Amino acid sequence: MKHIRNFCIIAHIDHGKSTLADRLLESTKTVSDRNMQAQVLDNMDLERERGITIKSHAIQMVHMHEGQQYVFNLIDTPGHVDFSYEVSRSIAACEGALLLVDATQGIQAQTISNLYLAIEHNLEIIPIVNKIDMDGAMIEEVKDQIVDLIGCKHESIIEASGKTGLGVPDIFRAIIERIPSPSGDTEAPLQALIFDSVFNSYRGVIAYFRVFNGVMKKGDWVKFVNTGNSYEADEVGVLKMDLDPRPELRAGDVGYIITGIKQSKEIKVGDTITLRSNPCEKAIEGFVDVKPMVFAGLYPIENEDYEDLRDSLEKLQLNDASLVFEPETSLALGFGFRCGFLGLLHLEIVQERLDREYEMPVITTVPNVSYVAYKRNGEKLNIHNPSDFPDPAALERVDEPYIRAQIITSPEFVGAIMKLCMDRRGTLLNQVYLTPTRVELSFDLPLAEIVFDFYDKLKSLSRGYASFDYELIDYRSGDLVKLDILLNGEKVDALSALIHRNNAEDFGRRLCKKLRELVPRQQFVIAIQAAIGAKIVARETISAMRKDVTAKCYGGDISRKRKLLEKQKKGKKRMRQIGSVEVPQQAFLAVLKMNE
Amino acid sequence: MREAELRRDFFGAHSGSSPAHGSPPTPITSLYLGGGTPSVLTPPQWEQLFEALYRLFPIASDAEVTLEANPDDLDADRLAALRQTPVNRLSIGIQSFRDQDLSWMNRAHNTAQARTCLDLAAAAGFRHVNADLIYGSPGLDDAAWMANLQQLFTANPDHISAYALTVETGTALAHFVRQGKSPNTDDEQASRQFQQMEVAMAEAGYVHYEISNFCRPGAFARHNTSYWTGEPYLGLGPAAHSFIGNHRSWNVSHNIKYVTQIEAGLLPSESEQLSPADQLNESLMTGLRTTWGVDLEALQVRFGERAFAAVASLAQPWLDGGQLALRDGHWFLTASGRFFADRIASDLFLVEEDAALVEMGSEGAAKPVLNMERTRFWECKG
Ligand SMILES: Nc1nc2c(ncn2[C@@H]2O[C@H](COP(=O)(O)OP(=O)(O)OP(=O)(O)O)[C@@H](O)[C@H]2O)c(=O)[nH]1
Ligand SMILES: [Mg+2]
Repeated sequence: MKHIRNFCIIAHIDHGKSTLADRLLESTKTVSDRNMQAQVLDNMDLERERGITIKSHAIQMVHMHEGQQYVFNLIDTPGHVDFSYEVSRSIAACEGALLLVDATQGIQAQTISNLYLAIEHNLEIIPIVNKIDMDGAMIEEVKDQIVDLIGCKHESIIEASGKTGLGVPDIFRAIIERIPSPSGDTEAPLQALIFDSVFNSYRGVIAYFRVFNGVMKKGDWVKFVNTGNSYEADEVGVLKMDLDPRPELRAGDVGYIITGIKQSKEIKVGDTITLRSNPCEKAIEGFVDVKPMVFAGLYPIENEDYEDLRDSLEKLQLNDASLVFEPETSLALGFGFRCGFLGLLHLEIVQERLDREYEMPVITTVPNVSYVAYKRNGEKLNIHNPSDFPDPAALERVDEPYIRAQIITSPEFVGAIMKLCMDRRGTLLNQVYLTPTRVELSFDLPLAEIVFDFYDKLKSLSRGYASFDYELIDYRSGDLVKLDILLNGEKVDALSALIHRNNAEDFGRRLCKKLRELVPRQQFVIAIQAAIGAKIVARETISAMRKDVTAKCYGGDISRKRKLLEKQKKGKKRMRQIGSVEVPQQAFLAVLKMNE
Repeated sequence: MREAELRRDFFGAHSGSSPAHGSPPTPITSLYLGGGTPSVLTPPQWEQLFEALYRLFPIASDAEVTLEANPDDLDADRLAALRQTPVNRLSIGIQSFRDQDLSWMNRAHNTAQARTCLDLAAAAGFRHVNADLIYGSPGLDDAAWMANLQQLFTANPDHISAYALTVETGTALAHFVRQGKSPNTDDEQASRQFQQMEVAMAEAGYVHYEISNFCRPGAFARHNTSYWTGEPYLGLGPAAHSFIGNHRSWNVSHNIKYVTQIEAGLLPSESEQLSPADQLNESLMTGLRTTWGVDLEALQVRFGERAFAAVASLAQPWLDGGQLALRDGHWFLTASGRFFADRIASDLFLVEEDAALVEMGSEGAAKPVLNMERTRFWECKG
């Protein structure tokens, strides 16, 4: 155990975690040259396409230092705020963290958030100024920031570049000298914490864990403390580029177990594994429950795929512990699930993963935050779905979640950012010059206002030079209304939104316009209306369908034409019937596309 | 000379391809020589061609033998020579009697040729002539379209095919339209001109029997209708299509590839087997385009009760909306429905899992869902 080091790499998004991990894997020859590629740990297609890390990724390396062999268990983590739950679980498996700061960007919102997570778990922090090869690197300035932030010594900060490999030997030395080896008792009853899992269609559920006490051997009967179920350990091993079976894992190790579980419900990330014959006294403290920020309904394209969607969500949940869902029904869309997400990017990724990994494309309803409604009769309701919104007459007040936002930017953008936040019902709390070129702005903002396109707006008006971080602070009362969309007088529940009264009309108008583009012409005129209660606040009309141009249809045309018309028919079959109007699936995404 | 060589080869390839196809059931009642190229063959080449065709296939003595030609191909001499062949019907690509339309459509002929060729054909003794016209093209206003029709009526062909101009993806025209170099077609204009045409044709005594086909009473083109009644047909030459039972094949359209394949003794064709649902969908698509409509009893017998019930429920909204009508056990498109022929057909299609509802009846493919002997519904009033 003395020669094991468990650590993670944490940082703000894009500060170079996965690239630095490449260099560590390379110098320890964990990945062969042939298999090496940039950000090799980002092995999901989605990660490679988007150039971001979505999942934490654990991998074991072997390093020789002064004639002694060391085992390093590294966990690369994502930097985007929507995936912070991945970071928090990885931290529980480690004794140390490499905290990267991009030398051209300095400390940013997620640098701070993730640092606090690590400090809470008593991790040894190794601060690193990364990307020092870049022209715009402000090494000394960033070091000062780091010293201010964590109160470390100036000299303890390592200068590195994930691109050139500079600083890698210093990092190895620091890992060995500064990060404590795991403590734990191999003689004590087995205690291992599941920090992640994945469903494999051949092998069933694979659980990733960290052993804190005891030993786990292949063939042992293990027990999952929270679920109470016992299984035989078919295979245990460590995580290399592939799974690497071992006869046993001991206190301090990070590894995986396969027990042949096929049901995703039987396993829970955060659970403790022990031995059936010699169980530990109590479970390791699991993870705090995720608090979803954004909710949306997910529906199967074909109604009969409802159970398959449930199955897919359960399997995905194994690998995405921050996803929560419960069944709901919609008049427009039938049976589906109300899902909670950590943010809009998370929502998008879940949709994509369902589609790609489970061949389960879904329709998504308008995302919303959760509200608390107080009725006149004293009843209190948690609202995750606009259709649960009580009748305004019975309503005393509605509270909505507020966040405290920290935006760090350069002074030239302050004006534009202030305007954006004010437009989003924000109140400015504070404005501090961290340095002459960096200002920190603090705002209180309703969470609902940042759900849609806030990041995009912020990014574009600051040309990327603004970092944004927030925490939930409290619920405050707001003048919220339910905005309904009607198609020829028929309410489309899947398009309803809860929204501040002042924004409702404008939102309704934009939504009607977008729907006009997305709903095809039909045999009759279609009225699209936005309404608050009985009051119509916006209206668009789709005129009746155009007449076909009648082309000729002889020998050679017949097959071609039949195929074309069959294709049209298939598209039409995918549409949803709202009253007499046929609505294509993209229309339900209108809200997300309103700015395109 | 080289051209002649090539032509002889081309024509040799024609004859050569025939046995490989195998003969459709006897006797053949319609021959169609398409593609324009045959109209520039020399008299000895004509003779060779027909000699080969009549030798290889059982062709009925009263068969309709149509030659497709462009106005600039047809002078008095050539027409006289054609009269000596079995060709007894001409299909001429007039398209328009206005030079601006013709040059815009990239046609080789001019207004004068368009006018005289019809008279020359009649003078040469061709009693059956089809003329193609195009409407809905940019610059063709309603008055000009009517003038085109009236001009054609004076020549009195016994058959007229009129098409709305469509910009097909992948063509040069589509490219120019996308680049803004050509104006796009106007659907409103096309449907207005379609309506004017229906009235004018009826006044001039032409029967509207298929969305884009009109004729003197009784002068239905056998060739065209065989496409819609599901009869077998055999196409020869590059890009030609053939159909028998539930099997459709088509030759490659590339001339050189076609010839080299034929010379190597290979059949340059691809084919598809129509599934029961494909056959149902095609019957609906083609039947609805005609004045005879779709025979519901035949539909039931041929494709089964369950398929029929499914199609019937899909038809209901269109029947309710007045685009589709039911009379004497037939569905047909009403005057307003004719504007939506494609959309309605597509709507009635059975696709994906619904395709499994189709169960071919024991009476099988023989009974056509389209029956030309029956009432012509488009002429019925009310
Ligand atoms: N010049 C230079 N570029 C670097 C360096 N490290 C990373 N990059 C580039 O910075 C970008 C982001 O690098 P990643 O390693 O994916 O960053 P990350 O922190 O893993 O990002 P997330 O996981 O999405 O939070 C990529 O384009 C890298 O090529 C470095 O040391 N020098
Ligand atoms: Mg990364």
